[in-house]
Amino acid sequence: MIARIMGEGQYRLSDAVRERVNAVDNAIVQAIDDDDEDAFHVAFEEMLELVRREGEPVGDDEVEASDVIVPPADTSFVEAAKEFTGDGLIPD
Amino acid sequence: MAGMAGRMSTVIKAKISKLLDKAEDPAETLDYSYQRQLESLQQVKKGIADVVTAKKRLGMQAQKLEQSVVKLDTQARQALAAGNEELARTALERKQFAQTELQGLDQQVAELQAQQEKLTDSEKRLRAKIEAFRTKKEVIKAQYSAAEAQVRISEAATGVGEEMADVGLAMQRAVDKTEQMQARASAVEELEAAGTFEDLTQLGSGQDDIDRQLAELGTGGVVDDELAKMKAELASGSSPPAKGELGPGEKQL
Repeated sequence: MIARIMGEGQYRLSDAVRERVNAVDNAIVQAIDDDDEDAFHVAFEEMLELVRREGEPVGDDEVEASDVIVPPADTSFVEAAKEFTGDGLIPD
Repeated sequence: MAGMAGRMSTVIKAKISKLLDKAEDPAETLDYSYQRQLESLQQVKKGIADVVTAKKRLGMQAQKLEQSVVKLDTQARQALAAGNEELARTALERKQFAQTELQGLDQQVAELQAQQEKLTDSEKRLRAKIEAFRTKKEVIKAQYSAAEAQVRISEAATGVGEEMADVGLAMQRAVDKTEQMQARASAVEELEAAGTFEDLTQLGSGQDDIDRQLAELGTGGVVDDELAKMKAELASGSSPPAKGELGPGEKQL
Protein backbone atom coordinates (compact mmCIF):
# COMPACT_ATOMS: atom_id res chain seq x y z
CA MET A 1 0.00 0.00 0.00
CA ILE A 2 1.15 3.57 -0.68
CA ALA A 3 0.62 6.30 1.89
CA ARG A 4 1.15 10.00 1.26
CA ILE A 5 1.97 12.39 4.05
CA MET A 6 0.78 15.73 2.74
CA GLY A 7 3.74 18.06 2.26
CA GLU A 8 6.29 15.25 2.62
CA GLY A 9 5.75 12.71 -0.13
CA GLN A 10 4.75 9.07 -0.63
CA TYR A 11 5.84 5.88 1.14
CA ARG A 12 5.31 2.19 0.34
CA LEU A 13 4.09 0.27 3.38
CA SER A 14 4.21 -3.49 3.86
CA ASP A 15 1.04 -5.29 5.04
CA ALA A 16 2.52 -5.60 8.54
CA VAL A 17 3.19 -1.87 8.73
CA ARG A 18 -0.25 -1.15 7.29
CA GLU A 19 -1.77 -3.05 10.22
CA ARG A 20 0.26 -1.02 12.71
CA VAL A 21 -0.71 2.24 11.03
CA ASN A 22 -4.34 1.13 11.07
CA ALA A 23 -4.16 0.50 14.83
CA VAL A 24 -2.77 4.01 15.40
CA ASP A 25 -5.39 5.37 13.00
CA ASN A 26 -8.12 3.93 15.21
CA ALA A 27 -6.43 5.33 18.32
CA ILE A 28 -6.52 8.79 16.71
CA VAL A 29 -10.24 8.49 15.96
CA GLN A 30 -10.76 7.44 19.60
CA ALA A 31 -8.73 10.43 20.88
CA ILE A 32 -10.86 12.78 18.79
CA ASP A 33 -14.08 11.14 19.99
CA ASP A 34 -12.83 11.57 23.57
CA ASP A 35 -11.93 15.21 22.82
CA ASP A 36 -8.46 14.36 24.14
CA GLU A 37 -6.07 16.73 22.38
CA ASP A 38 -2.91 15.44 24.09
CA ALA A 39 -3.69 11.83 23.16
CA PHE A 40 -4.34 12.96 19.59
CA HIS A 41 -0.93 14.65 19.27
CA VAL A 42 0.88 11.62 20.69
CA ALA A 43 -0.93 9.18 18.38
CA PHE A 44 -0.69 11.38 15.29
CA GLU A 45 3.04 11.84 15.81
CA GLU A 46 3.32 8.05 16.15
CA MET A 47 1.50 7.58 12.84
CA LEU A 48 3.80 10.02 11.04
CA GLU A 49 6.91 8.42 12.52
CA LEU A 50 5.71 4.93 11.64
CA VAL A 51 5.14 5.86 8.01
CA ARG A 52 8.42 7.80 7.71
CA ARG A 53 10.52 5.17 9.48
CA GLU A 54 8.97 1.91 8.27
CA GLY A 55 7.88 3.04 4.84
CA GLU A 56 10.03 3.02 1.75
CA PRO A 57 10.01 6.39 -0.04
CA VAL A 58 8.41 6.32 -3.50
CA GLY A 59 10.85 7.70 -6.08
CA ASP A 60 10.28 11.17 -7.50
CA ASP A 61 10.24 9.65 -10.99
CA GLU A 62 7.37 7.28 -10.14
CA VAL A 63 3.84 8.50 -10.77
CA GLU A 64 1.61 6.48 -8.43
CA ALA A 65 -1.72 7.11 -6.74
CA SER A 66 -1.84 6.73 -2.95
CA ASP A 67 -4.10 4.40 -1.00
CA VAL A 68 -4.01 6.61 2.07
CA ILE A 69 -3.57 10.35 2.45
CA VAL A 70 -2.19 11.41 5.81
CA PRO A 71 -2.81 15.10 6.62
CA PRO A 72 0.25 17.36 7.10
CA ALA A 73 2.38 17.14 10.24
CA ASP A 74 1.23 20.56 11.48
CA THR A 75 -2.44 19.52 11.43
CA SER A 76 -4.27 21.02 14.39
CA PHE A 77 -6.68 19.13 16.66
CA VAL A 78 -9.59 21.05 15.15
CA GLU A 79 -8.52 20.23 11.58
CA ALA A 80 -7.92 16.59 12.48
CA ALA A 81 -11.47 16.24 13.73
CA LYS A 82 -12.62 16.61 10.12
CA GLU A 83 -10.15 13.98 8.86
CA PHE A 84 -10.27 11.18 11.36
CA THR A 85 -13.93 10.17 11.43
CA GLY A 86 -15.56 6.74 11.34
CA ASP A 87 -12.90 4.18 10.51
CA GLY A 88 -10.21 6.86 10.24
CA LEU A 89 -7.94 7.05 7.20
CA ILE A 90 -7.74 3.29 6.67
CA PRO A 91 -11.06 1.43 6.43
CA ASP A 92 -11.12 -1.45 8.94
CA MET B 1 -7.87 5.09 -4.89
CA ALA B 2 -10.90 3.00 -4.05
CA GLY B 3 -11.48 2.51 -0.35
CA MET B 4 -9.61 5.65 0.59
CA ALA B 5 -11.21 7.42 3.50
CA GLY B 6 -10.81 10.85 5.05
CA ARG B 7 -11.95 14.28 3.92
CA MET B 8 -8.62 15.14 2.31
CA SER B 9 -8.76 12.07 0.08
CA THR B 10 -12.29 12.91 -0.97
CA VAL B 11 -11.29 16.46 -1.90
CA ILE B 12 -8.31 15.21 -3.90
CA LYS B 13 -10.37 12.56 -5.71
CA ALA B 14 -12.94 15.17 -6.69
CA LYS B 15 -10.23 17.46 -8.07
CA ILE B 16 -8.67 14.69 -10.13
CA SER B 17 -11.92 13.48 -11.65
CA LYS B 18 -12.70 17.07 -12.61
CA LEU B 19 -9.34 17.18 -14.35
CA LEU B 20 -10.01 13.92 -16.18
CA ASP B 21 -13.52 14.94 -17.23
CA LYS B 22 -12.26 18.01 -19.06
CA ALA B 23 -11.45 16.26 -22.32
CA GLU B 24 -13.00 13.39 -24.26
CA ASP B 25 -10.05 12.32 -26.36
CA PRO B 26 -7.26 10.47 -24.45
CA ALA B 27 -4.46 12.40 -26.16
CA GLU B 28 -6.24 15.65 -25.36
CA THR B 29 -6.68 14.61 -21.73
CA LEU B 30 -2.97 13.93 -21.48
CA ASP B 31 -1.99 17.26 -22.96
CA TYR B 32 -4.55 19.13 -20.91
CA SER B 33 -3.43 17.65 -17.62
CA TYR B 34 0.21 18.23 -18.55
CA GLN B 35 -0.65 21.87 -19.20
CA ARG B 36 -2.33 22.12 -15.82
CA GLN B 37 0.73 20.61 -14.17
CA LEU B 38 3.01 23.21 -15.68
CA GLU B 39 0.65 25.99 -14.55
CA SER B 40 0.64 24.55 -11.07
CA LEU B 41 4.44 24.54 -11.07
CA GLN B 42 4.44 28.23 -12.05
CA GLN B 43 2.11 29.00 -9.16
CA VAL B 44 4.41 27.28 -6.72
CA LYS B 45 7.35 29.34 -7.98
CA LYS B 46 5.33 32.51 -7.53
CA GLY B 47 4.31 31.34 -4.06
CA ILE B 48 7.95 30.88 -3.08
CA ALA B 49 8.78 34.36 -4.36
CA ASP B 50 5.93 35.83 -2.26
CA VAL B 51 7.21 34.13 0.86
CA VAL B 52 10.72 35.46 0.21
CA THR B 53 9.37 39.01 -0.24
CA ALA B 54 7.37 38.85 2.99
CA LYS B 55 10.41 37.51 4.81
CA LYS B 56 12.60 40.37 3.55
CA ARG B 57 10.05 42.95 4.61
CA LEU B 58 9.88 41.57 8.13
CA GLY B 59 13.68 41.30 8.25
CA MET B 60 14.05 44.97 7.39
CA GLN B 61 11.59 45.92 10.11
CA ALA B 62 13.49 43.81 12.59
CA GLN B 63 16.67 45.72 11.72
CA LYS B 64 14.94 49.05 12.31
CA LEU B 65 13.61 47.87 15.64
CA GLU B 66 17.08 46.71 16.69
CA GLN B 67 18.33 50.22 16.00
CA SER B 68 15.48 51.66 18.03
CA VAL B 69 16.31 49.42 20.98
CA VAL B 70 19.92 50.65 21.00
CA LYS B 71 18.86 54.27 20.59
CA LEU B 72 16.24 54.15 23.36
CA ASP B 73 18.67 52.44 25.71
CA THR B 74 21.23 55.18 25.11
CA GLN B 75 18.62 57.85 25.68
CA ALA B 76 17.49 56.27 28.91
CA ARG B 77 21.08 56.37 30.21
CA GLN B 78 21.55 59.95 29.10
CA ALA B 79 18.28 61.00 30.70
CA LEU B 80 19.16 59.28 33.94
CA ALA B 81 22.64 60.82 33.99
CA ALA B 82 20.98 64.21 33.55
CA GLY B 83 18.66 63.47 36.45
CA ASN B 84 15.48 63.16 34.37
CA GLU B 85 14.10 59.89 35.68
CA GLU B 86 10.71 60.38 34.12
CA LEU B 87 12.16 60.59 30.62
CA ALA B 88 14.44 57.63 31.32
CA ARG B 89 11.41 55.59 32.33
CA THR B 90 9.57 56.55 29.18
CA ALA B 91 12.55 55.55 27.05
CA LEU B 92 12.78 52.20 28.81
CA GLU B 93 9.07 51.54 28.38
CA ARG B 94 9.46 52.11 24.68
CA LYS B 95 12.57 50.00 24.54
CA GLN B 96 10.74 47.17 26.28
CA PHE B 97 7.91 47.44 23.79
CA ALA B 98 10.29 47.49 20.82
CA GLN B 99 12.02 44.39 22.17
CA THR B 100 8.75 42.50 22.47
CA GLU B 101 7.86 43.41 18.90
CA LEU B 102 11.33 42.38 17.79
CA GLN B 103 10.99 38.93 19.34
CA GLY B 104 7.67 38.45 17.56
CA LEU B 105 9.22 39.47 14.23
CA ASP B 106 12.23 37.17 14.64
CA GLN B 107 9.96 34.23 15.33
CA GLN B 108 7.84 34.97 12.29
CA VAL B 109 10.84 35.33 10.02
CA ALA B 110 11.88 31.85 11.18
CA GLU B 111 8.38 30.48 10.44
CA LEU B 112 8.45 31.96 6.95
CA GLN B 113 11.88 30.44 6.40
CA ALA B 114 10.42 27.01 7.26
CA GLN B 115 7.52 27.59 4.84
CA GLN B 116 9.94 28.58 2.12
CA GLU B 117 11.98 25.41 2.58
CA LYS B 118 8.86 23.21 2.52
CA LEU B 119 7.60 24.84 -0.67
CA THR B 120 11.00 24.52 -2.32
CA ASP B 121 11.00 20.78 -1.54
CA SER B 122 7.46 20.45 -2.89
CA GLU B 123 8.40 22.30 -6.04
CA LYS B 124 11.33 19.97 -6.64
CA ARG B 125 9.14 16.89 -6.14
CA LEU B 126 6.38 18.19 -8.38
CA ARG B 127 8.88 19.06 -11.09
CA ALA B 128 10.22 15.48 -11.05
CA LYS B 129 6.69 14.00 -11.16
CA ILE B 130 5.72 16.23 -14.09
CA GLU B 131 8.80 15.13 -15.97
CA ALA B 132 7.91 11.48 -15.30
CA PHE B 133 4.35 12.18 -16.45
CA ARG B 134 5.59 13.80 -19.65
CA THR B 135 7.58 10.67 -20.53
CA LYS B 136 4.68 8.41 -19.65
CA LYS B 137 2.31 10.54 -21.70
CA GLU B 138 4.33 10.05 -24.86
CA VAL B 139 4.55 6.30 -24.26
CA ILE B 140 0.80 6.05 -23.75
CA LYS B 141 0.06 8.06 -26.89
CA ALA B 142 2.40 5.92 -28.99
CA GLN B 143 1.64 2.44 -27.69
CA TYR B 144 -1.92 2.03 -26.53
CA SER B 145 -5.31 1.85 -28.19
CA ALA B 146 -7.86 4.39 -27.06
CA ALA B 147 -9.57 2.02 -24.62
CA GLU B 148 -6.36 0.86 -22.99
CA ALA B 149 -4.98 4.38 -22.96
CA GLN B 150 -7.95 5.62 -20.92
CA VAL B 151 -6.99 3.38 -18.00
CA ARG B 152 -3.30 4.27 -18.14
CA ILE B 153 -4.13 7.96 -18.41
CA SER B 154 -6.40 7.75 -15.44
CA GLU B 155 -3.64 6.11 -13.39
CA ALA B 156 -0.94 8.57 -14.39
CA ALA B 157 -3.16 11.62 -14.01
CA THR B 158 -4.33 10.45 -10.60
CA GLY B 159 -0.75 10.07 -9.40
CA VAL B 160 0.39 13.45 -10.59
CA GLY B 161 -2.94 15.09 -9.71
CA GLU B 162 -2.38 14.01 -6.14
CA GLU B 163 1.04 15.66 -6.17
CA MET B 164 -0.56 18.86 -7.45
CA ALA B 165 -3.18 18.74 -4.71
CA ASP B 166 -0.42 18.19 -2.17
CA VAL B 167 1.55 21.20 -3.40
CA GLY B 168 -1.70 23.17 -3.54
CA LEU B 169 -2.29 22.60 0.15
CA ALA B 170 1.31 23.51 1.03
CA MET B 171 0.84 26.70 -0.99
CA GLN B 172 -2.41 27.52 0.77
CA ARG B 173 -0.73 27.15 4.14
CA ALA B 174 2.17 29.34 3.04
CA VAL B 175 -0.21 32.00 1.70
CA ASP B 176 -2.18 32.02 4.97
CA LYS B 177 1.03 32.37 6.97
CA THR B 178 2.35 35.12 4.70
CA GLU B 179 -0.91 37.06 4.98
CA GLN B 180 -0.79 36.88 8.77
CA MET B 181 2.79 38.12 8.72
CA GLN B 182 1.93 40.93 6.35
CA ALA B 183 -0.84 42.06 8.68
CA ARG B 184 1.73 42.07 11.47
CA ALA B 185 4.25 43.97 9.33
CA SER B 186 1.61 46.61 8.62
CA ALA B 187 0.81 46.89 12.31
CA VAL B 188 4.48 47.50 13.15
CA GLU B 189 4.72 50.05 10.33
CA GLU B 190 1.75 51.89 11.82
CA LEU B 191 3.46 51.98 15.20
CA GLU B 192 6.56 53.36 13.54
CA ALA B 193 4.54 55.96 11.66
CA ALA B 194 2.93 57.00 14.95
CA GLY B 195 6.41 57.67 16.32
CA THR B 196 6.38 54.86 18.88
CA PHE B 197 10.07 54.11 18.41
CA GLU B 198 11.13 57.67 17.59
CA ASP B 199 13.79 59.81 19.14
CA LEU B 200 12.24 60.72 22.48
CA THR B 201 13.93 64.07 22.78
CA GLN B 202 12.00 65.21 19.72
CA LEU B 203 8.77 64.82 21.65
CA GLY B 204 9.45 67.59 24.15
CA SER B 205 8.40 66.42 27.58
CA GLY B 206 8.24 62.83 26.37
CA GLN B 207 4.65 62.48 27.50
CA ASP B 208 2.01 61.81 24.90
CA ASP B 209 -0.67 59.33 24.00
CA ILE B 210 1.79 56.59 23.10
CA ASP B 211 3.47 56.80 26.47
CA ARG B 212 0.22 56.60 28.34
CA GLN B 213 -0.67 53.51 26.32
CA LEU B 214 2.73 51.94 26.88
CA ALA B 215 2.50 52.57 30.62
CA GLU B 216 -0.83 50.73 30.58
CA LEU B 217 0.71 47.72 28.82
CA GLY B 218 2.11 46.62 32.15
CA THR B 219 5.77 46.63 31.26
CA GLY B 220 6.24 48.50 34.55
CA GLY B 221 7.88 45.68 36.50
CA VAL B 222 10.53 45.04 33.88
CA VAL B 223 11.06 48.76 33.40
CA ASP B 224 11.43 49.34 37.17
CA ASP B 225 14.06 46.61 37.33
CA GLU B 226 16.00 47.99 34.42
CA LEU B 227 15.79 51.52 35.77
CA ALA B 228 17.11 50.36 39.13
CA LYS B 229 19.95 48.51 37.42
CA MET B 230 20.86 51.57 35.37
CA LYS B 231 20.85 53.74 38.50
CA ALA B 232 23.14 51.31 40.27
CA GLU B 233 25.52 51.32 37.31
CA LEU B 234 25.57 55.10 37.26
CA ALA B 235 26.16 55.26 41.01
CA SER B 236 29.09 52.85 40.88
CA GLY B 237 30.49 54.63 37.84
CA SER B 238 30.52 51.40 35.84
CA SER B 239 28.08 52.65 33.24
CA PRO B 240 29.05 51.42 29.79
CA PRO B 241 29.85 54.24 27.38
CA ALA B 242 26.91 55.51 25.34
CA LYS B 243 26.65 53.62 22.08
CA GLY B 244 25.42 56.51 19.92
CA GLU B 245 26.01 60.17 19.37
CA LEU B 246 24.07 62.50 21.62
CA GLY B 247 20.79 63.42 19.94
CA PRO B 248 20.10 66.94 18.77
CA GLY B 249 17.60 67.40 21.59
CA GLU B 250 20.11 66.47 24.26
CA LYS B 251 20.32 70.02 25.57
CA GLN B 252 16.68 69.83 26.60
CA LEU B 253 17.47 67.15 29.17
